[in-house]
Amino acid sequence: MKKHTKYNTEVTGAEAVILALLDEQVTDIFGYPGGAIMPVYDALYDYMDQLNHYLVRHEQGATHAAQGYSRVSRKTGVVLATSGPGATNLITGIADAQIDSTPMVCITGQVHSHLLGTDAFQETDVVGISMPVTKWNIQVTKAEDIAPAIAKAFYIASSGRPGPVLVDITKDAQFGKTTYKYEKCESIRSYFPCPKVKDEDVLKAAELINNAQRPYILCGHGVLLSGAEKQLLAFAEKANIPVASTLLGLGAFPPKHPLYVGYLGMHGNYGPNLLTNECDLLIAIGMRFDDRVTGNVSKYAKQAKVVHFEIDPSEVNKIIPADAAVLGDAKEALELILPKIKVTKHTDWLKRFEDCNTIEFEKVIKHAVNPTSDKLLMAEVIDKFHKLSEGNAIVVTDVGQHQMITSRYYKPNIPNYFVTSGGLGTMGFGLPAAIGAKVALPNTEVVTVLGDGGFQMTIQELGTIMQSNIAVKILVLNNNFLGMVRQWQQLFFDRRYSFTEMKNPNFVAIANGYNIKGKKVTERKDLSEALQEMYESKEAYLLEVVVENEENVFPMVATGASVAEIRLE
Amino acid sequence: MNTTYTISIFTEDIIGLLSRVTIIFTRRHINIESITASESEMKGIYRYTIVVTVSEEQVNKLVKQIEKQVEVLKAFYHISSEIISREIALYKVSSEALKENELFTRIVNENHAKILSIAPEYIVIEKTGDEREIKHLFNDLEKFGMLEFVRSGKVAITKPMKTLNTFLKEVENNSKTVIKHFNK
Repeated sequence: MKKHTKYNTEVTGAEAVILALLDEQVTDIFGYPGGAIMPVYDALYDYMDQLNHYLVRHEQGATHAAQGYSRVSRKTGVVLATSGPGATNLITGIADAQIDSTPMVCITGQVHSHLLGTDAFQETDVVGISMPVTKWNIQVTKAEDIAPAIAKAFYIASSGRPGPVLVDITKDAQFGKTTYKYEKCESIRSYFPCPKVKDEDVLKAAELINNAQRPYILCGHGVLLSGAEKQLLAFAEKANIPVASTLLGLGAFPPKHPLYVGYLGMHGNYGPNLLTNECDLLIAIGMRFDDRVTGNVSKYAKQAKVVHFEIDPSEVNKIIPADAAVLGDAKEALELILPKIKVTKHTDWLKRFEDCNTIEFEKVIKHAVNPTSDKLLMAEVIDKFHKLSEGNAIVVTDVGQHQMITSRYYKPNIPNYFVTSGGLGTMGFGLPAAIGAKVALPNTEVVTVLGDGGFQMTIQELGTIMQSNIAVKILVLNNNFLGMVRQWQQLFFDRRYSFTEMKNPNFVAIANGYNIKGKKVTERKDLSEALQEMYESKEAYLLEVVVENEENVFPMVATGASVAEIRLE
Repeated sequence: MNTTYTISIFTEDIIGLLSRVTIIFTRRHINIESITASESEMKGIYRYTIVVTVSEEQVNKLVKQIEKQVEVLKAFYHISSEIISREIALYKVSSEALKENELFTRIVNENHAKILSIAPEYIVIEKTGDEREIKHLFNDLEKFGMLEFVRSGKVAITKPMKTLNTFLKEVENNSKTVIKHFNK
């Protein structure tokens, strides 16, 4: 990358924003211009060869694109937006990034500092509004404060447990002059992002692990954030401990490995949920016991001791009390514990998972991937796609039934190749996040699986795909329902389908309107060929697959039920 | 079981940080009974004192969430026997009270309060003490006609002998972890 030569020269605050991004090795940003951010956009005009800006169609799209970008590349995503509505449109994506620990720096324009608090045109208190959903935020009113604020923003966003930060810059600060200097932020007196792993914590955890008869590893997003996949593998293999993954941890452990037993949570696999209540030691690594994983907490793993590997002290004992907590980075902790772990076999215990998987296969999977129904089922589409791609594509989902089906039947071979909105469950996440993923890794196939509902929440981002030639593949599973809500209405609200049926547009025609090729499939006989055509397309492509209207996702741990009460039908 | 806890929070001097701290309580539907903020014995470091009545599990989780804020240096929580605390109260009573001067003066003196200001219509009395003492004086003065009453939040000093300064050095060497009683 070309290095700029503006150090110790006088620049505007707006140019300082761009220079600071370059000094943070930023190559791609997602944004939308507007009044209060115009000076920065004007400065950007001179740096178009060094900084790729992707013009989204709505600011929410910029945040999700930055998230997708970050999740596959493990770099910090960057968003640029204007004040007022531009800034408030970021909030959903910021909240999503916060709950899913995604590093993101959002830069917003703000009205002139003398107008703050006057209800000026497009003034909104974005610092106040974003406070509960950002890891950190700041308002800058002077040009000379811009570079230090951006340096701090990148450091905070990406260190420790990552998260979104917001830097709000008044228009006069953007117009103001400053001598440009850049010092990367490497520490903050009051901030301790990564506790050093303590030997005594490691010893205590190792003792519990070595004494366990039925240990069980739950691997979460923290393993991917820490880059601890190899360390996790070595640890699990040494003591032959079964490994299950959370939704956001998918891909952290090789799916074909004999110790990999499946996926946790409300619609996860049968054995991983059921046997949570039979293990004698739960080893949670970089996961936070979300309620979609635990089901009813008062009936969760009561028989087991708990070892919790966690970087964020506030997560320890938050939901499930830990008998031993190892605070710190997962990679460092697993490296330290490995030599203290005894080589063991847990043959009978592993056999329990195998037996459960056989039951799930016979009762659920077999019928889902080879159905006898007239209409196509979501699971057979995803299963076919998984076989076609061999798990080597980046898959980005939206939220709902298709998401749960995709997380069950698509098994990513490569870490960070599965991107989804977990904690916040943001419909509309999929399409823009896929755009960001493709921008980050242009040579990798990126396929986004969307439902007909979520697709229409950010459908305008087809315009971003068109304008910037982003070769994202879009697989829409259309059941003409808000399927997950409909499933709950069927199971828990006496089939009263209150406002969940969708009258949908002609998706292929819409794609064509954006100059994107598309096809619609309704028959089983046409599915394989259509999937292949989509997958092999060199450009963006939309494939709409019309599926069974009232298919339910099973297994299921109903809300309020124990993980042991997981239903297969 | 719910107990009254006094949370002491040491922070950097940053606009908006108090709001970041208070929304942690709001989000959990926990009422702040009193709150004060001022510069501590160290220049540039602020001290918030927040009083809440919650369970120990709740206060522990609150303190962890507070410490998670980037610009919070450290937070502690204490039960009332571990701190020495005071509030200040100002009472504005009708100057009619002077008609019963002997009684009025006795009440002020017995309560260790002092008269700050006397005007034709009112008298302002100041009292420093704990919540019970302040309430006691309120009850005594009420008969003269209470025109206005204001109480500060609680300020508290912990009994354990450890200064913020030594603590800061420790923090710089270690990670931020919740310490309940930091001298034990």
